[in-house]
Amino acid sequence: MTKEVLQPLARPVAGAGGSTGTWRSQRPLLNKDKCTGCLLCWIYCPEAVITREDRSIDYEYCKGCGLCARECPAGAITMIREESGHE
Amino acid sequence: MSRQIATGNAACALAVKAANVDFIAAYPITPQTTISEKLADYAAAGELTGKYLTVESEHSVMSAVAAAAATGARTFTATSSQGLLYMNEILHYAAGGRLPVVMVNVNRAVCAPWCLYADHQDSVSQRDTGWLQFYCASHQEIYDSIFLAYKVAEQVEIPVMINYDGFLLSHSMLPFETLEQEVIDNYLPVRQPAWRLHPLWGGTFSNVAAAAEYAAYRHKLARDTREALPVIKAAISEYEKLTGRPQPGLIQSSRRGQTGTEGQTGAEGQTGAEGQAGAEGQAGAEGQAGAEGQTGTERQTGAEGQAQVYLLSMGSMAAEMELAAEELTRQGISTAALKLRVYRPFPAEELAALLPDGSALIVLDRNLAYGHEGGVLLMEARSALYGCAKNIKIAGSAIGIGGQDLPVSLLVEEVRRLLEVAKA
Repeated sequence: MTKEVLQPLARPVAGAGGSTGTWRSQRPLLNKDKCTGCLLCWIYCPEAVITREDRSIDYEYCKGCGLCARECPAGAITMIREESGHE
Repeated sequence: MSRQIATGNAACALAVKAANVDFIAAYPITPQTTISEKLADYAAAGELTGKYLTVESEHSVMSAVAAAAATGARTFTATSSQGLLYMNEILHYAAGGRLPVVMVNVNRAVCAPWCLYADHQDSVSQRDTGWLQFYCASHQEIYDSIFLAYKVAEQVEIPVMINYDGFLLSHSMLPFETLEQEVIDNYLPVRQPAWRLHPLWGGTFSNVAAAAEYAAYRHKLARDTREALPVIKAAISEYEKLTGRPQPGLIQSSRRGQTGTEGQTGAEGQTGAEGQAGAEGQAGAEGQAGAEGQTGTERQTGAEGQAQVYLLSMGSMAAEMELAAEELTRQGISTAALKLRVYRPFPAEELAALLPDGSALIVLDRNLAYGHEGGVLLMEARSALYGCAKNIKIAGSAIGIGGQDLPVSLLVEEVRRLLEVAKA
């Protein structure tokens, strides 16, 4: 007997939670000259929006939590206020 | 099959061990504690096939068993009173997530004031969490209900709460019969879920849903809960066939030949009564009794045929009510006791079918429906009989709160008082 699935099942995919970047009030900006490539920002980012290879940030989903800026030992990431709208 | 004498909690633990449970999480609370202690003993002795997890609270207990059920495991836990209330949030999650957890709630009054003894306020206050609720009136019913609960829960994918009275049943010694392992394994094959959490699958369940999707799942749960009634009936019948042991139905009448579990498959909840109606006693009733073997014959020691007065209750007091019915019948008021075994879903049609035209229904609740007279069963009974073509007078009250003793003399006196109320 095959049973019916009686509740929503979900597997993680990019954007499953909508365009969460619109939640952001501050955005992280990376200064590549200061970046040492230690990858602490990549490890700490709870949304996995920092790319391992070049530390580029996906602003479509970045919620602006600021963890990366707080953890960066080189001070290469600064948070700046979102003045209007989003990319 | 062997006959034993033990406490209700020991009967429960024996059944859980025999049900091949994969996962148990528990946190102690009186009067449930000796169940989880006994299961811990079994685990320490290597007699449990499953894993036993101790956690820091009942909220974590229910989180653990619900999550384990999502991996496809057969799960068990037990609690009481404040412990059950502390689980409330996750009770909704288990039902909404369609996780067939089986839990024993050993009924105990809720705070405040602090009280250790039996009433049903803890479980009836969890009525709308989506769980099915069974009630037991003897150790045999406790033992049997464990297997019945897994059978039903895993078929309809809705969790089941088995309730029995603290101390009155949990700590008293009574005889009961156990089953051969082979019989149990036949009745309860390995659980086959429609899906399961697994690291290789890498997904999750019951995440955020939009209103339309959410509503559809919740309405489906509501429908499936009501449609669990025939599933429970079938599970009871199959259990009787496999074990040769008569089982109480959804509502059990103490009158021989009066059954609540069959005979009313037709519409409107009244067809079952027609078989009984013209019969004056047993003629109609025998026609029903043959239908499904011995269903409904358990503990029917009273007079035969219909009564004038019916006493509806659940839990251990339902057994006491059978004695009260016999006493009232001796006093010239033909009375039958109705023991409610399944409270959720409520067997409304079965109740209507059991009651003859012109009878009186006295509902005795071991709980309080605040803002309403009596308790929740009085509300359920009125709702079930509203619009019924038969003329049935109903009255009820809440008694036995906080473990107040319910001797037969007190029950008889209360029923006589309520009969006057019903007439008025």
